[in-house]
Amino acid sequence: MSEHKAGSNLEKVLSAGHFAFTGECGPPQGANVPHLIEKANHLKGVVDAVNVTDNQTAVVRMSSWAASLILLEQGLEPNFQMVCRDRNRLAIQSDILGVYAMGIRNMLCLSGDHQSFGNHPESKNVFDIDSMQLIHTVKTMRDEGKFLNGSDVDVAPKLFIGAACNPFAEPFDFRVYRLAKKISAGADFVQTQCIYNMDKFREFMKRAVDMGLHEKCYILAGVTPMKSVGMALYMSKQVPGMDVPQALVKRLRGAGKGKAAEEGIKFALEQIEEFKEMEGVAGVHLMAIEWEHKVPEIAERAGVLPRPVV
Amino acid sequence: MIVAESKPIKELLEMVKGFKKILVVGCKGCVTVCNVGGAKEVAILASTIRISGKKEGLDLVVGEHTLERQCDPEYIDELKDIIGDYDAVISIACGVGPQFISERYPATKVFPGVNTKFMGGAVEHGVWSERCAGCGTCVVHLFGGLCPIARCSKSLLNGPCGGSSNGKCEISSDVECIWDTIVLKMMEQDRLDELMEFRPPKSWTTARDGGPRKMIREELVK
Ligand code: SF4
Ligand code: SF4
Repeated sequence: MSEHKAGSNLEKVLSAGHFAFTGECGPPQGANVPHLIEKANHLKGVVDAVNVTDNQTAVVRMSSWAASLILLEQGLEPNFQMVCRDRNRLAIQSDILGVYAMGIRNMLCLSGDHQSFGNHPESKNVFDIDSMQLIHTVKTMRDEGKFLNGSDVDVAPKLFIGAACNPFAEPFDFRVYRLAKKISAGADFVQTQCIYNMDKFREFMKRAVDMGLHEKCYILAGVTPMKSVGMALYMSKQVPGMDVPQALVKRLRGAGKGKAAEEGIKFALEQIEEFKEMEGVAGVHLMAIEWEHKVPEIAERAGVLPRPVV
Repeated sequence: MIVAESKPIKELLEMVKGFKKILVVGCKGCVTVCNVGGAKEVAILASTIRISGKKEGLDLVVGEHTLERQCDPEYIDELKDIIGDYDAVISIACGVGPQFISERYPATKVFPGVNTKFMGGAVEHGVWSERCAGCGTCVVHLFGGLCPIARCSKSLLNGPCGGSSNGKCEISSDVECIWDTIVLKMMEQDRLDELMEFRPPKSWTTARDGGPRKMIREELVK
């Protein structure tokens, strides 16, 4: 993993052996560029790369590539997300070329939430290829200079390939194998689903390390601080594949009125402390949903500042 | 079989509003088996239309006829002597039926009486479930004999996605996550190596994506 595949900041941070710290920024539901810039600026100098979500939860937003470019102009490094729900293989490959041409160097490959979750449930979905095949597509274009049909790519897109991994979805026993499969398909790094059940995550990482997966791919642990008891309840009941232990809900409740958010941050900080030491974990992916302004404080308290300059 | 459901009666009555002589045509194939388009349902629908006509002071003529199959011109031909007596036809076969009737009798107004849903079967009495999306190149053997194209909400060939929980699909707790079933079955059978195999993008040329499909069996063509 010493030679750079894409040369993105994130790749350099990780390959230099630093504990990576990435953030997330959802594009606006409109063309509100100032708002996007304002949110993104909270993350400047605080994270190594910013995930830019692609119509997350199937809600229409400014396209992830456009928002990624805006971040790039602002001096932030985007981690461009792409889902398979809205594009066929023609659009996928042309967007890969487009974002690379415009200077994007990280790309996260996802299947995408089903459109029934979002605000256009009437739409037709695509799913021409799945996330595994998307990872493989980017790798093939990058390393072999070939399109999916086998023809030559005229200047290959050198992207650092990311994938998602949910250790809490089922069947649990297969999850580590699915991660292995994504790595074989071409994932250079993975960002996990938000972790709340630490016991389960420890077990998952143990299995990943036993299989040597951490040596083939950088694993970033997903952290989303809970803002309220309501959020914890919503996450545990409404979000499929999310595992929120009752003990955490209790802890947030126990913090008392107006103090749940601080308790949520404390829990996140404890998690980050543990991840720093956990074998196989190469960094943290902090998804502070609509809480971007809190990221500098969290980063500060987590002791991950200043970010390495590589 | 092809599974269909009856259209709401209100919608049907709205469709045939203004027509005085209506022929309801059923089919003895799949729609009879799934209880929406056989002789029994033809009789029920016809009498419902008559009654609603009466309520509005109309003396509607509603004919009833059930064909052996509506996906075969040979049987569609059977209507030739009676169809002229009607100004509208409601076919309660799958979507093939109203089209075969429209094609054979271009002057007749044909209305679909059912919503054609999917290819599947009865999983319990009164419950049908989808099994095949007609992709044109069957690969169920790669997935423990179960079809992720028709049965996974995202048609994943390298599933399951991160939304699978408690054996249910992320879209609804009423929907089985077929990938959960595939994985559990194959792991139990010690077929992890097959699951770990990367399944490349599928060619959808044989599916509807390749354009409307046609099959020619030369040896059968007269
Ligand atoms: S693989 Fe294709 S043909 Fe086979 S069951 Fe699935 S959709 Fe039908
Ligand atoms: S939860 Fe299961 S069935 Fe639903 S989309 Fe994911 S893999 Fe497919």
